[in-house]
Amino acid sequence: MSGFTFTIDGVDVPAQDGQTIMEAADAAGVYIPRLCDHQGLRHQGGCRVCTVKAAGRSFSACTQPATPGLQVENETPHINKLRRDLVEMLFHEGNHLCPICEASGNCELQAMAYRLDMTAPTKFPYLEPSRALDASHPDIALDTNRCISCGRCIRASQDIDRKGIFGYVGRGIRRRVAVDGADLAHTDAQVTDHAISDDVCPVGCIIRKRVGFATPIGERKFDQGLIGHEIEERGDD
Amino acid sequence: MTEEPRKVRIATASLAGCFGCHMAILDIDERLIELMKLVEIDRSPLTDIKRFHGRCDIGIIEGGCCNEENVEVLRDFRRHCDVLVAIGQCAIMGGLPAMRNAIMHSDEPLRECLEEAYISGRYIRNTTHDIPNDPALPLLLDKVYPVSEVVEVDYQIPGCAPTGDVIFETLTRLLAGRLPGFEREHIKFD
Amino acid sequence: MPQRPGESVSEENRNPDADADAIRQICDRYANDRHRMMDILRDVQDRFRWISPEAMVEIATRTGLTRIAVEGVASFYAFFTQQPAGRVTIRLCDDIVDRFAGLPEVTAAFEKALGIGIGQTTPDGAFSLEYTPCIGLCDQAPAAMVNDIVVTALTPERVHEIVRQMKDGQRPEDLVSHRFDEIRPYERAARMVQNNVRHAGAVLLGPVPQDAGLAKALGLSPSQIIDAVEASGLRGCGGAGFPTARKWRAAAATGAERRVVIGNADEGEPGTFKDRVLLTERPHLVFEGMTIAARAIGASEGILYLRGEYVYLRDLIEETLAERREKGLLGKRIMGVEGFDFDIRLQMGAGAYICGEEGALISSCEGLPGEPKTRPPYPVNRGYLGFPTVVNNVETFSHVARILDRGAGWFYAMGTEGSHGTKLFSVSGDCINPGIYELPYGATVQELLAMAGGDDAEAVLVGGPSGTMIARDTFDRRLTFDDLATGGAVVIFNGKRNILEIVEYYMSFFVHESCGYCTPCRVGNVFLQKAIAKFRAGLANPGDIDYLKDLSATIIETSRCGLGMTSPHPILTTLENFPLVYSAMVKPTRDRIRDTFDIQSAIDGARKLAKRRSYIFDKDYGQ
Repeated sequence: MSGFTFTIDGVDVPAQDGQTIMEAADAAGVYIPRLCDHQGLRHQGGCRVCTVKAAGRSFSACTQPATPGLQVENETPHINKLRRDLVEMLFHEGNHLCPICEASGNCELQAMAYRLDMTAPTKFPYLEPSRALDASHPDIALDTNRCISCGRCIRASQDIDRKGIFGYVGRGIRRRVAVDGADLAHTDAQVTDHAISDDVCPVGCIIRKRVGFATPIGERKFDQGLIGHEIEERGDD
Repeated sequence: MTEEPRKVRIATASLAGCFGCHMAILDIDERLIELMKLVEIDRSPLTDIKRFHGRCDIGIIEGGCCNEENVEVLRDFRRHCDVLVAIGQCAIMGGLPAMRNAIMHSDEPLRECLEEAYISGRYIRNTTHDIPNDPALPLLLDKVYPVSEVVEVDYQIPGCAPTGDVIFETLTRLLAGRLPGFEREHIKFD
Repeated sequence: MPQRPGESVSEENRNPDADADAIRQICDRYANDRHRMMDILRDVQDRFRWISPEAMVEIATRTGLTRIAVEGVASFYAFFTQQPAGRVTIRLCDDIVDRFAGLPEVTAAFEKALGIGIGQTTPDGAFSLEYTPCIGLCDQAPAAMVNDIVVTALTPERVHEIVRQMKDGQRPEDLVSHRFDEIRPYERAARMVQNNVRHAGAVLLGPVPQDAGLAKALGLSPSQIIDAVEASGLRGCGGAGFPTARKWRAAAATGAERRVVIGNADEGEPGTFKDRVLLTERPHLVFEGMTIAARAIGASEGILYLRGEYVYLRDLIEETLAERREKGLLGKRIMGVEGFDFDIRLQMGAGAYICGEEGALISSCEGLPGEPKTRPPYPVNRGYLGFPTVVNNVETFSHVARILDRGAGWFYAMGTEGSHGTKLFSVSGDCINPGIYELPYGATVQELLAMAGGDDAEAVLVGGPSGTMIARDTFDRRLTFDDLATGGAVVIFNGKRNILEIVEYYMSFFVHESCGYCTPCRVGNVFLQKAIAKFRAGLANPGDIDYLKDLSATIIETSRCGLGMTSPHPILTTLENFPLVYSAMVKPTRDRIRDTFDIQSAIDGARKLAKRRSYIFDKDYGQ
């Protein structure tokens, strides 16, 4: 593997052949916002929150290979606006009622909204889909009202757990995550699956029963700091 | 004697909310005294004034619209206030009351909702088996609407409820004539 | 052969064991290969008229997949159903051209004759009635699919006749001819559909000596073939206009044990139907070009991806392929050249516009939902099943065959600088002579309108909804890659047409056809559609014009593939070229109270439930 450098917002970032922009950025302590991408899972490039620009073109940093000398724009006002639009689209596509959600405070969608300053009155309509809750499984519940179609559970179940419990069905605005059975109880899902762990679902869609609301407000994951701060702290070392 | 500058007139209302945001306004604590030197409160549950005495500079709305009276009050606020601020998640996106929007797919969503609330719900003890229908009760809307779907909103303060600090910060900035945004660390949607 | 509707199994008499057996046979037919999922699902759909949960489980077992993976494919494509469809399924094309050509009356006639609405199936399971986006018959609209055949130029009278025949127990094929099984596939196609070739150019639709290009190509080295294609200036004819030779060279240069050539006949852009005519009139030319491409890049496998809407051409294409195999033009040792082995299989699509995108098309060929692939890697490096793959439009391949026969210079001399050769234009809408025009690149829209008899055109959509809508004052613009680039669709609208109605239709089309993989295209297009509906209802504010532009910019800049990068074009190009249409519809809010919120409809349910009127909003009531 040969090394080279490219820049993100003017800062030199070292990279290896075959690395994506995001992989190299993560290693260098430069945070590029993302929702569908997750450590240890295949890259998907679906949420588009990691959109960056170089030479007038835009692409998803999680899938685009880094190349020598590439000058990447990441946290510019323009790109932050695009990302804010995308995150807001996700909020409006599903039913995201933060005050009643047990993922609140640990939710990456919410945390991304904080990071991107999503505080202005909205321009978008709420789509308010009606989606059923699947509480059939003794240990796990699925509330797809909060699903953002990131597909992390699908990839985790397929590639890590080797079970394939989740999958996309339908297309377009009707595309949604479904389970490999009549309901979750009729699958091989176990609460110990990686796909079910609190790490994988970025929102409050996959719920482990009887553990919700255990952490007091103030001590939850994103009460501690903005999303991405762990990666950014790597850069400070 | 120098003439005192005109005080900024503020009005507030709680629509389909829990009054938590109004309680949070009181969380401004002793800073309220400083604030009251700059503002006077017109129509508001805090003053118990029920009708606008005149035009207001700032209207603060808690809660979304779940019934016809909410709509009427909200429109009245929009007509009387130069700047309208939606405070809290209910005003911003419907909040907890909007949970009933989840049954909008039903053929008769309102009936289903009210029957569960007053008759068939698991913990309901209602010996008359009636849905309350006093002529004084405002008619419910087909679903709960965020404030911005009924009128144009100028600013919003996220939170459930927002902290006293965020409310104070927002109000003082508004009084200074600008709201460039919030301190990131202080904004919460819950 | 797929089951005829009359023979399919009725719901009541189903025998689970026999059903499972039939599904196993279907899977066996494709060697239980998961990559042939499209074919398996199509056969199951034809046999049972739907893809049941039990069927999905059986298919999953046979192909080694999870049921949810099978469902993911089955639920992606519009022509696969998860509810039993009628033994005769009628899919009315609801393109805007069809709407303007009398679709509402045709729909009403079908609904009345069948006693069901759109989206419904008769209780006896005999008929289903559906809408489907453009089926490539805009030049003879309104049109419909009746199972695997198509009917065109529909009128309410013709509808009554069709329904009467079907209710009499005839097959859809009988609508074409009672001797359907005896007549040749070409004649079947010709009876169903008019070619409407209005102007034959020198390259494709004029006289074409068969396989002369292939014969000459086999006298050249592979790299000489690519050199010739490069020298001709040929660019892709599907719409994007990528230089063909560059694609081929990249595929040829990628080390691999297998390489693949795919002909893209998934023309789904509303208003496009040139490939339909090309495949009917010049099928050999298409395959000749694909064979030359195979020679050039060293491919042994070929696929023709035919959109599901063109299933009526399936037999014609299979016959052509069989004929070519017989003549030694496909298979082993093509034209006697030792080591040159290449064959082509037909891959049917199943109702998904997105499969015209090359990555999505490859996904579909692999038996997956038609989702575009992450780029890079590009298909020329890692395409179908991971092998270097060249995907070209079928028109592009046809040009290749002619270039090899007549020489690169001959082709290069036609057209204009940067846009060489001829192009097939599909012209439809408000004109006297809708149909196919093969013209050298460089004609003005005005010239094309004059040929087509579109004298009262007020708006012309060049390149379909993902292209550009222009107004009278710019009809002198040219049909070239540098001015008005197009895959060939030219839709003409006269002054009676409502621009916003057209735009709203096209946005609903993109919402329907977005694959849903990425956020901006999946969600953003729905917002655009809703915003346009506001304009049409007269409820838009001045600020909504900026909202349209702003949201469009986000969708274009962040979408993952060409669909989202172009889906706002109907809005953006009409905002630019027909600004008054929008500004005439906006009005400022009164007292900053939103007109989009309708209090009367919002309290209507409660009024009925409470059996009383509103003190506040029923002004004549109370006090």
